[in-house]
Amino acid sequence: MIVGRRETWTGRLLLVLLMAVTLMPFVSLFVTALHPSGSYPSGLEWPRDPQWGNFVKAFQAARMIELVKSSTLIVLGVVPVSLLLGMLAGFAIGHLRMAGRNLVFLAFVLGLTLPFEGIITPLYYQVRDMGLLNTRWAIILPLIGLFMPFAVFWMRAHFVNMPDELSESARMDGANVWQLFWRIHVPLAMPALSSLAILLFLWTWNQFLLAIVLVDDPLKRTMSGALGAFQGQWGTDMPLLCAGSLLILTPTLVIFLVFQRRFVTALLQGSLKG
Amino acid sequence: MTRPTPDSAVDPPATRPGPAAVTRKRSPARAAGFRTPSWVGWLFVAPALIVYAVFVLRPIALTVQYSLYRWDGIGPSTWAGLGNYARVFTDPDLFASILNAIKLIVFFSVIPVVLGLAIASTIRRIAASRLALVARTVLFLPQVIPLVAAGIAWSWLLSSTGLVNQLLTYAGLGGVARAWLGDFSTALPAVGVIGAWVLLGLCTILLLSGMSKIDPALYEAARMDGAGPLREFVSITVPSLRQEIGVCVTVTVIAALASFDIVYVSTQGGPGNATMVPGLEIYYLAFSERQVGMASALAVVLMVLVLVVALPIQWLTKDRSS
Repeated sequence: MIVGRRETWTGRLLLVLLMAVTLMPFVSLFVTALHPSGSYPSGLEWPRDPQWGNFVKAFQAARMIELVKSSTLIVLGVVPVSLLLGMLAGFAIGHLRMAGRNLVFLAFVLGLTLPFEGIITPLYYQVRDMGLLNTRWAIILPLIGLFMPFAVFWMRAHFVNMPDELSESARMDGANVWQLFWRIHVPLAMPALSSLAILLFLWTWNQFLLAIVLVDDPLKRTMSGALGAFQGQWGTDMPLLCAGSLLILTPTLVIFLVFQRRFVTALLQGSLKG
Repeated sequence: MTRPTPDSAVDPPATRPGPAAVTRKRSPARAAGFRTPSWVGWLFVAPALIVYAVFVLRPIALTVQYSLYRWDGIGPSTWAGLGNYARVFTDPDLFASILNAIKLIVFFSVIPVVLGLAIASTIRRIAASRLALVARTVLFLPQVIPLVAAGIAWSWLLSSTGLVNQLLTYAGLGGVARAWLGDFSTALPAVGVIGAWVLLGLCTILLLSGMSKIDPALYEAARMDGAGPLREFVSITVPSLRQEIGVCVTVTVIAALASFDIVYVSTQGGPGNATMVPGLEIYYLAFSERQVGMASALAVVLMVLVLVVALPIQWLTKDRSS
């Protein structure tokens, strides 16, 4: 293919510009975080005396260690269970194909577009009546339910493409349904499963609405919810707020950069299927 | 959803399949299903279905129920019939929140999709370069970070002394500089800009990856026929990207209609009610104004609105060739 030189350069320029716009907020956060705490810096201006100590201060003010622990606990509560339940249901709907599967699948699919705000009010009363308000369970249990449409949808898409011969030969060897599922199909589902795990991790870690409504104590919330509380508390101290925001971003960024290939693939597939 | 499923009316009979049935890929007897009774399948579905029913379906039903009552969340409730719904559509403040969400579609959907298409088709030819690979990672950053963080960062950028105004002043446009999120006329577009920033990268990459699947021979043939870049774009690129465009539009429209995090952090609905959106209004009505019935009616309207908008887009852009 003949590639015009000018076309290539326009493309490069545009790409660099787009990246600059994407990175601008992060740069602004970083530079502002280095200004003296309590000051009100203007625009993007490198401080005369960078206050690296702001990060230490924000680390303590935000109680980062406890925050990471809390978010990790919530992720550990949500993701493995959601994966397992999604896999079981996806396997039955996509591969066992029992009677009535289309109906139950439709019920899940209709939940795909549900805005969380739509059910937050009754969810609050329900969680309260269960005595779970202000505990991490208040975030964990509803999130598992809310993730079911996507998890089931995603895993069904995988299992529906698995050849029947595979199960047939396993049956010939005397495997029962559970063994068929656990020994044959789960290992083969690993790529689909790991993409799903990444997406669910991200959506749990960044969950905001459930965290601010159902849990008052920022230390029992997700990262995102804690950031909301941090803003409420330190909103007037711009440099400290910026430093805190960056710190709270760091764990996600690190995980993203380590697994970036998988992340990008997962997000692309995720939005294409969703 | 895209794959046609065999009809569900009858389960295959529990007879042994003939050898022919085993050798064909998707046999009529459906080898995997024939020895598994239906209840086993339901056993597999049950855990997911129970959690879904308890934490999603029941709350949906309750939302509908609450929406028919006047209730402060504590005392006894009184029947209101459709009164709450009538208020949603007649109360200027409540209805304005729905209109605001619809206006946000311009920023959350139209700009990212149109701009994404333009950018993707410009960088299509260098999609395999190192720079493009780096860009793939960078442009995904807004998708990975919490929206709350995006809101905080952008509130700062758009503040009266923020970077946006600084750049405008450098460009000699100091006259238009203002506190973008605090001004009645610019607050909603400013919130929209934050959403556009979050979603532009996703749309661009999604469309770019769709473009990489288009057969280059199509473009060459078009060039031979003397088609210019614009003609190429309209008659090859856009039709081939039907599915990807559909996905972008669906995802971004839902993000606009159901926006909450960004608005909560950057403006809290203000100034006045200039940036109030249904999601935030529900939150305020239910948890600070204690009008649970009203909140629920608005919630039902929001859920229906999202569904009504999302389904036709799915249907319109579905690849019917397969």
